[in-house]
Amino acid sequence: MPYAVEQNEKFAAYAHPERLVSTEWLAAAIKSGAVARGELIVVESDEDVLLYETGHIPGAVKIDWHTDLNDDVARDYVDGAAFAELAASKGISRDSTVVIYGDKSNWWAAYALWVFTLFGHRDVRLLDGGRDKWIAEGRELTRERPAPARGSYPVVERDDAPIRAFKEDVLAHLGKPLIDVRSPEEYTGQRTHMPAYPEEGALRGGHIPTAASIPWARAAAPDGTFRSREELEALYLGEAGLTPGDDVVAYCRIGERSSHTWFALKYLLGFESVRNYDGSWTEWGNAVRVPIVKGAERGSLPVPAGA
Amino acid sequence: MTTQALPSALAAIVDDFQALSEPERLQLLLEFSEGLPELPDRLKDHPELLEQVVECQSPLFLTIETDNGGGPVRLFFKAPAEAPTTRGFAGVLHEGLDGLSAGEILSVPDDMPELLGLTRAITPLRMRGMTAMLGRIKRKVAAASRVRG
Repeated sequence: MPYAVEQNEKFAAYAHPERLVSTEWLAAAIKSGAVARGELIVVESDEDVLLYETGHIPGAVKIDWHTDLNDDVARDYVDGAAFAELAASKGISRDSTVVIYGDKSNWWAAYALWVFTLFGHRDVRLLDGGRDKWIAEGRELTRERPAPARGSYPVVERDDAPIRAFKEDVLAHLGKPLIDVRSPEEYTGQRTHMPAYPEEGALRGGHIPTAASIPWARAAAPDGTFRSREELEALYLGEAGLTPGDDVVAYCRIGERSSHTWFALKYLLGFESVRNYDGSWTEWGNAVRVPIVKGAERGSLPVPAGA
Repeated sequence: MTTQALPSALAAIVDDFQALSEPERLQLLLEFSEGLPELPDRLKDHPELLEQVVECQSPLFLTIETDNGGGPVRLFFKAPAEAPTTRGFAGVLHEGLDGLSAGEILSVPDDMPELLGLTRAITPLRMRGMTAMLGRIKRKVAAASRVRG
């Protein structure tokens, strides 16, 4: 059964306030026993596979973006059976309210939330500010691993089309808005990976023609919370030039940073049609004969052959 | 590859990891992360003396020190507490290699990290950081040996 939605002034301005909870709200919910009773499932999802083990929010279970959510053979997400097993083992049922939080302004938490959404999990929310804000506020952490009662989760077939774009979809989308959320150096083609991150191998640098450059972290305030509706509008409607109702595709390097932007566009600004291109630059920058623009300008669409 | 070729301290660590189940290996890596010694003050105040290993997912800085007589090589690492996996790799290399001779360190096979049996639990992507760390240590040790002639 869905858990009550948080009401506050900041969230009320967003298109879907029910997708966020604050640290105060979560602390109160834990205190009330809702997490211990399994009415609310709290999930930590971090970049570092051991960070949860160093201390986590009391009652939180861990889901690792890579080992739990990615298929370990094909470059794809887990299938319905594996997701059902994962969810049930974490105490999650199909109608559970799930609150996800993580490190780095919820970058990986947003990615996990996006994967939950591929399976149509209805009530999944982010903890605004994530792990860092919880810790900065001096709230309780524990190393105690909960042993949740098994949830009941049906095998649901993933429905990728509404929120996931493949390379062919992006080629067909060219001409409509694209948001590139990588660093400016990656956008211009000066480098093909994030500073200080592993080189995952892209043979070409640059961006998809016409994509606007809005690095993902600009949607977050210094404390890791999402920026206000007004600030997000200035960023995406103003700077990126989106118009309400646009069909948008966001991408990064492997689809994780763009999940954060996907969340902001979809749930905070209310764009109905936003897709995350998870193949992102590690696919596009290696694909044969796809158009690429180098430099700081968005560039223009290639003229189709024979035109 | 067997552990026979490894220096004894490193071989003992590999044996410890291999004796455990996968979840227990992660726990052991966490213990190594917690056991990584702090930098001595002379390095703490001079971050420019350390080199960043960019292949690691989180910031990791390291340096080595050797005397001029072919004596023991000392290893120093710096990684934030928020990066326990990276710290754990550094902890393993510190405990396994600190104080050995240049020759002993250079004889460690480049793919030694795979012997820890963590690749599946951690993912190959993350293991790359440890392999890069070992590679960087070996390059620095080799360069220092050459300088000494």
